[in-house]
Amino acid sequence: MPNVINIKNLSKFYEMGDQTVHALDNISISIDRGEYVAIMGPSGSGKSTLMNMIGCLDSPTTGLYQFNDVNVSSMTDDELARIRNKEIGFVFQTFNLLARSNALHNVELPLIYSGMGKFDRHNRAKQSLAHVGLENRMHHKPNELSGGQRQRVAIARALVTRPSIILADEPTGNLDTKTGDEIMQLFEELHLEGNTIIIVTHEEYIAEHAHRIIRVRDGKVERDEKVLKASK
Amino acid sequence: MISKFSSLFFELRESLGMSFIAIRANKMRSALTTLGIVIGIVSVTLMGTAIEGLNRAFKDNISKIGADNLYVQKFAWFQNDNWWKFRNRKDIKMEHFYAVQNQVSTANLITPVVGTGISVQYRSNDVAGVFAVGTSDQFFPLNNMNVEYGRLFTEAEAFGGRPVVVIGSEVAAKIFPQESGIGKNIKVGSHTYKCIGILEKQGSFLGMFSLDNRVFLPINSFFPRYGSERGIQIHAKAADPKNLDETAEELRGILRKARRVPPNQEDDFAINQQDLFIQTFNAIGLVIAGIGLFITTLSLFVGAIGIMNIMFVTVKERTKEIGIRKAIGAKRRTILLQFLIESSMLSLLGGLVGIIISYPLSLLINQIIPTSMPILIVLISILISLLVGVISGLLPAMRAAKMDPVEALRYE
Repeated sequence: MPNVINIKNLSKFYEMGDQTVHALDNISISIDRGEYVAIMGPSGSGKSTLMNMIGCLDSPTTGLYQFNDVNVSSMTDDELARIRNKEIGFVFQTFNLLARSNALHNVELPLIYSGMGKFDRHNRAKQSLAHVGLENRMHHKPNELSGGQRQRVAIARALVTRPSIILADEPTGNLDTKTGDEIMQLFEELHLEGNTIIIVTHEEYIAEHAHRIIRVRDGKVERDEKVLKASK
Repeated sequence: MISKFSSLFFELRESLGMSFIAIRANKMRSALTTLGIVIGIVSVTLMGTAIEGLNRAFKDNISKIGADNLYVQKFAWFQNDNWWKFRNRKDIKMEHFYAVQNQVSTANLITPVVGTGISVQYRSNDVAGVFAVGTSDQFFPLNNMNVEYGRLFTEAEAFGGRPVVVIGSEVAAKIFPQESGIGKNIKVGSHTYKCIGILEKQGSFLGMFSLDNRVFLPINSFFPRYGSERGIQIHAKAADPKNLDETAEELRGILRKARRVPPNQEDDFAINQQDLFIQTFNAIGLVIAGIGLFITTLSLFVGAIGIMNIMFVTVKERTKEIGIRKAIGAKRRTILLQFLIESSMLSLLGGLVGIIISYPLSLLINQIIPTSMPILIVLISILISLLVGVISGLLPAMRAAKMDPVEALRYE
């Protein structure tokens, strides 16, 4: 199986006053293409830092991070921006849509940054919105959409560049249980279509949707186990 | 490479669109912010319009003075700092004119000029405030003036003091509204003159003094009727315009001798020429440009600080948005461009409003001196406001571009 993510002996330190905080302490993880992984841990465990590392939003202090066999641990800000744009689809707890832009423009934005022409861009964005069932809400602004619909727009935005991984940070944290379940159902479908999905959460029942759970505590991997799916 | 350019193009388009949305979303704030730019652009365009007006007035009027004409007068033009000195000088008299006329070799036209305000009457048509000029026949070619009807008076009539008059077109229109005035007797003051010619329209000098509201009398008919003690001017045209200074020097020598000015004393008369007008015009233009430039620089500076300030606020407010954009792939350049474009649009908007405001004001200036807003000034104004926007947006945009995406995303 081809590796998408290959992390070896990676550490991240923060200077907090005269104290050094080991947010990530010599972590090694590899994730294959097509996997559905949940990263779990209590707050302060380092799971957010790990997510920022995986999402190429931050660079490690020491250690190696290979993304699609390319070493990204020593890339410049702009090179990382390019990786984020092309290879990673972010889904956030607070949706993080641009409030002044409609759904279509929000979904188009990553394609604008990758330099795609208007016609292709429109088509791709519409496709992506249709994929999450929002073809009728393209011209609505985020404040005219429900929470679940907003998260769907965010997922459409994450999918639109056809990234190598979809990285979701507490994607149901701001949603009620029923809507949350619908979103998790959507992730399930995306996984079945072949997408690599990484969900960061502290909710056990959310993590159980995944096929592999990586538990993080005190900056270290505590447990890394496959979830056996009996049926479905 | 192609995709690099196209992505830059799409980023620009995106930034442009977003900046309009942002400016629209904060209408009041944007309007107040651009006030400094508006004032700056209004002052730069009005200054340009005023200077344009001066230049036009200059070009129109300077030709009426004539580049090769010399004006011998008691007063020097534009040197009124020592009025009493000029006032106490001896008047220039006909004897001085005759001295010049007899001796000068480098001037081909020379004429005495004397004048007074007067009223002119023909039957029941009475015109007050007319300027009566006593002069010789050479006055007309010297000033490139000719008759539209009738004829000019001759040398014999001028020095023989015949009661004939050549009248300006404006006076003619007023006293002869219905009929031709040639051959009619009119009253100039309380004396009767026969109208022999009506001049072509001359226009006005600097928009203030109508050159057509004058009547011209033979010099020697003027003195006995309107006062023989009056001082005169001597107008001369240099035979060779290139040697104007030589002619001026010759006149000076003749006049110093005729007026018995001791060798170590300065002239008790002035020889004026067009050059003095050019100098004065340039000086006025320079003063206007200086004042305008000062106001413009000051208000643009204040405007730039205002925009910089508001852009810092905007960047702070939109930290989260910057984080989102960076997360989905905006490079530093992208963010930099976005805020630079926003500040430039803000400033450009101020510039355009400034131009819109100053256009009607330029029409107002047009009522005082004929002018119009030069298109070059409009283009320069647009360029200046864009430049101010870029400069004042630079620091805030750089702060935005350098933001750490993790921290920016965490910002609430």
